[in-house]
Amino acid sequence: MSTDITEEPTGQAGDRPPGRRSFSVVGKRSRKYDWHAKLTGQAKYADDLSLPRMIYGRLLRSPHPHARLLRIDTRKAGALPGVFAILTGQDLPTKYGILPSSQDENALAIERVRYMGEPVAAVAAIDEWTAEEACRAIEVLYEPLPPVMSIDEALADETPKIHDWTRDRNIQKEVLLEFGDLEAGFAEADYIFEDEYFFEGNTHVPMENHAVVADWAANGHVTVWSSTQTPHYLHRELAKVLELPPSRIRVIVPPVGGGFGGKSEAFSHEIVAPVLSRLSGHPVKICLSREEVFYCHRGRHPVKMWIRTGVKGDGTITAMDFSSTLDGGAYGSYGIATTYYTGALNTLPYEVPRYRFRGRRVFTNKPPCGPKRGHGTVQPRFAIEAHLDRVAENLGLDPAAMRGHILVKPNTWTINHLRVTSCGLGDAIEAVIERSDWTRKHGRMRHGQGIGLACSVYLSGAGLPIYWNPMPHSGAQIKIDRGGGVTVYCGTSDIGQDSDSMLACVVAEELGVDLDAIHLVTGDTSLAPVDLGSYSSRVTFMAGNAARQAAAQLRARLMDVAAETLEVPTDRLAAAGGIIFDRQDTARQLPFDEAARLAEARFGTLGAVGSYTPPRLAGPYKGSGVGPSPAYSFTCAAAEVEVDTETGELRVRKIWVAHDLGRALNPTVCEGQIEGGVYMGWAEATIEEQVFRKGLHKQPSLLEYKIPAAQDTPDIDTVMIESDDPEGPFGAKEVGQGPLAPVIPAVTNAVYDAIGIRLTSTPITPDKILHVLEARRKRASAAV
Amino acid sequence: MALLAEHGTDAMLMAGGTDLLPNIKHRVATPEHVVSIRDLPELQGFEVSEHGATLGAGTRLSRLEHDPQIRRVYPALAESASLISVPQVRAVGTLGGNICLDTRCNYYNQSYEWRQAIGFCMKRDSPICRVAPGGDRCWAVASADTVPVLIALRADVEVVSGHQERVLPLEAIYQDDGLEPTTLTFGEIVQGIKIPPPHGYVTVYQKFRLRQSFDFPLVGIAVSIRSDISGIVAEARIVMTAVASYPERAEPAERLLVGAPLTEESILAAGNAVFRQAKPMDNTAGTIFHRKRMARILVERALRRIAQLPETMQRVS
Repeated sequence: MSTDITEEPTGQAGDRPPGRRSFSVVGKRSRKYDWHAKLTGQAKYADDLSLPRMIYGRLLRSPHPHARLLRIDTRKAGALPGVFAILTGQDLPTKYGILPSSQDENALAIERVRYMGEPVAAVAAIDEWTAEEACRAIEVLYEPLPPVMSIDEALADETPKIHDWTRDRNIQKEVLLEFGDLEAGFAEADYIFEDEYFFEGNTHVPMENHAVVADWAANGHVTVWSSTQTPHYLHRELAKVLELPPSRIRVIVPPVGGGFGGKSEAFSHEIVAPVLSRLSGHPVKICLSREEVFYCHRGRHPVKMWIRTGVKGDGTITAMDFSSTLDGGAYGSYGIATTYYTGALNTLPYEVPRYRFRGRRVFTNKPPCGPKRGHGTVQPRFAIEAHLDRVAENLGLDPAAMRGHILVKPNTWTINHLRVTSCGLGDAIEAVIERSDWTRKHGRMRHGQGIGLACSVYLSGAGLPIYWNPMPHSGAQIKIDRGGGVTVYCGTSDIGQDSDSMLACVVAEELGVDLDAIHLVTGDTSLAPVDLGSYSSRVTFMAGNAARQAAAQLRARLMDVAAETLEVPTDRLAAAGGIIFDRQDTARQLPFDEAARLAEARFGTLGAVGSYTPPRLAGPYKGSGVGPSPAYSFTCAAAEVEVDTETGELRVRKIWVAHDLGRALNPTVCEGQIEGGVYMGWAEATIEEQVFRKGLHKQPSLLEYKIPAAQDTPDIDTVMIESDDPEGPFGAKEVGQGPLAPVIPAVTNAVYDAIGIRLTSTPITPDKILHVLEARRKRASAAV
Repeated sequence: MALLAEHGTDAMLMAGGTDLLPNIKHRVATPEHVVSIRDLPELQGFEVSEHGATLGAGTRLSRLEHDPQIRRVYPALAESASLISVPQVRAVGTLGGNICLDTRCNYYNQSYEWRQAIGFCMKRDSPICRVAPGGDRCWAVASADTVPVLIALRADVEVVSGHQERVLPLEAIYQDDGLEPTTLTFGEIVQGIKIPPPHGYVTVYQKFRLRQSFDFPLVGIAVSIRSDISGIVAEARIVMTAVASYPERAEPAERLLVGAPLTEESILAAGNAVFRQAKPMDNTAGTIFHRKRMARILVERALRRIAQLPETMQRVS
């Protein structure tokens, strides 16, 4: 049941010429904006920064997963030579948290620690070694409390409460959303299927460990350089916890070595560094160790899921009932949003006319979970796509064809008020079917080999900001100098996804100049207008539209003077490659820099601002803020696997992926994002897991937390589907997160095709495969 | 030697440092002094032919991996070296370092703070073994890849101490003790390895790990077989790594093989014997359930390769 859109799209993309147009920069392969600095090692990451008189900070972390913090004595540590300053929880009493509804963290624990690795004190010293020695000299008296280490323990009747305020055991939040008459939907169904799944937690593992440098200058101005995805939110949190006017704080983002969601909120080290700087009178640097990055976490929630679906004989869904329980770790983080995300996008990409979602998040004594690439949608997507594979099999339908048959249509609304504009998923499924030779392979490969397929959907930016406000989500400012140089100022944080090149591409295309003419000032809360941050795959869509809007104003001024100079009406003018020319008589040309000088003489200094606010899309119900997006990306993936039925080893031979990204602004970078997402999904499907033992993270190192390497990685065949979104910048949608999600169920379904057993939990390890194969063998021999 | 004598147990030897330096960072090794033996000429010997090999302890793992003579005469040794960690580590890590590799345990190879949180362990700073807290021994795991192959090849080790030099079977320097995995005494240095000629022996190494690089073995099996002219197994050596605190000979399986040709039946019997003998503990990646089964499968696969039988037998229909 879908509703046709009757109104015009309400986004601000503005003056799209009708039909497909040709581009001079968009769609062309080009190098990343900062390729040279990164390839030659000249890029200055936060850890590469060095200020005069800089000293080093370190955090002392709790050795207990759960304990009362009775006393901290810092006298011995403070007396050590070379120690400049020490902080404990009482020095920073203001609680904070990324969501307004989860203000539950202190930079340094007060009275209670809730996970092993939680910061309890901070030291600044002449060097890192001295800071470490000083941390060891801090005497902390703990009273250990029984830890709660799993969803089941968190929900047990006699469970110790991790936060005193929870009403029911350790349940942080329960949500219930219901759309349409569920009972009627199931009554209408020919068949009803029900399954349970478990998705194991895992973490981001960005190449760069978190690092910060803070300088509290004598004039009271505070500058913080941090490897963060969200400089604007960090700016706000710093102002809150430091109790400073935000106008005195400046956050600068150096090149960031990956985030994947793990650097999207304020962390203890970012908050204590400026305070240590104030106390010591020195700039302070804190670089986390890899082990500490595992304790920061905010990664993929472990989630238990239950799904019940009513279907017609042709696979048409009549009703879906879905519930999830998330293991949130010790604090809120983004968790309430994550909880909603395990339900919000389940009405896509297939038509679901009646839908109920019940979700809840529990606290446990583990590092807090949060957003990881695909935020909260990856776990239910695994469940739904594995479930639908079973549905198709039972209905005697080809799982790819069935999916194609029940897809949502473009320009419709879902039952939970999500607006779908462009949708190229049908083309994506066809591309994957064809390129993977699906029809010849599925169900027909020899035992131990198989192919599986799945689809997914993701946002091009969250429709609502994290804190309520009516302002734009992204702003950009552009100035053109007298030499024809174009400088773009935008608060985006380039975490490696190449948002910088995206800005350059959009502006260069709009103004008709080469990429070389573009200069960028990004990731700086003082120099550039706000962008909310690199999360929810929002930057291309939102910052791209903001930059394009600013560029369009400048383009109009340049066209005005060009029309006058060339004596051609403006609608006959075009611009490309640094030349403005008459489309009918291309010899009539005006160089861009000359046009800029004429325009400056005419209009004054050439500058413009643009901004982007998503259309108001949220439905009329509580909880509707999570899910709406100005556009959705769609992905289809197939995986071909080989299972060694003796050893249980699973080898994924090849993954085919087709992703509807609206338009590939820079195909090389887009392919890189798709391949990166596929790699990460495949790793989550087969090997990665964040597990705990005796209250401790079992493997907080790159040697033992198994993130696969190049030799392990399957071949990836990538197709980009360009559905030309009506509101995206030049038709573009997201590409950074979506391609991860379908890979996990595609692998799971392929394993079923290979060995005839459905695995219902991630990761699919050799151990699990051998267990199920042995169990089947025992059943078979018992039956004889 | 003089430096070692001067500083006593405050000093540790370092060649490539790929084992010692992470341990120093984790503070499980806390030497006051590190004595570099990387460039000692006595450790650089390298002679390989059909008549045998003499390899200095300072031989880089990458050389073992790539040297054409090693690859021709002792291909299993080259292969085992090639399966160690990553190219960067093999470029600096040495044969002697792999022979003297500290035993490993995921309660031990952790940072000071992590170990402090769990109350430390028997191998360092506590009387209690966290793997088997009731017991009186350390269960850290012998994890070298080259060692099982060298033992299967019946290699001898040259140990020097001052002006003393002794040569003994490599196997003899190991003991089933996670705390003291070798019988070498303080001041003794592994100078090199002597490998007898390979005539008549076929040797194979099989390694299981979760990733195809970086990882230590979760099980490793070296098998060396000499058969007589009629195909009867005359000698068999099976050496397991990563399932005990020392490179463990699978003698029951060896005995089953000797005196009969290699057949599907004898291979399965040897596999079963290895399965019964291998007793991995829960202190590496992977699971006990799976590693125990892998020990069986790897020995079967090694034997099949030697017998030139098809690599896998499909157990599951």
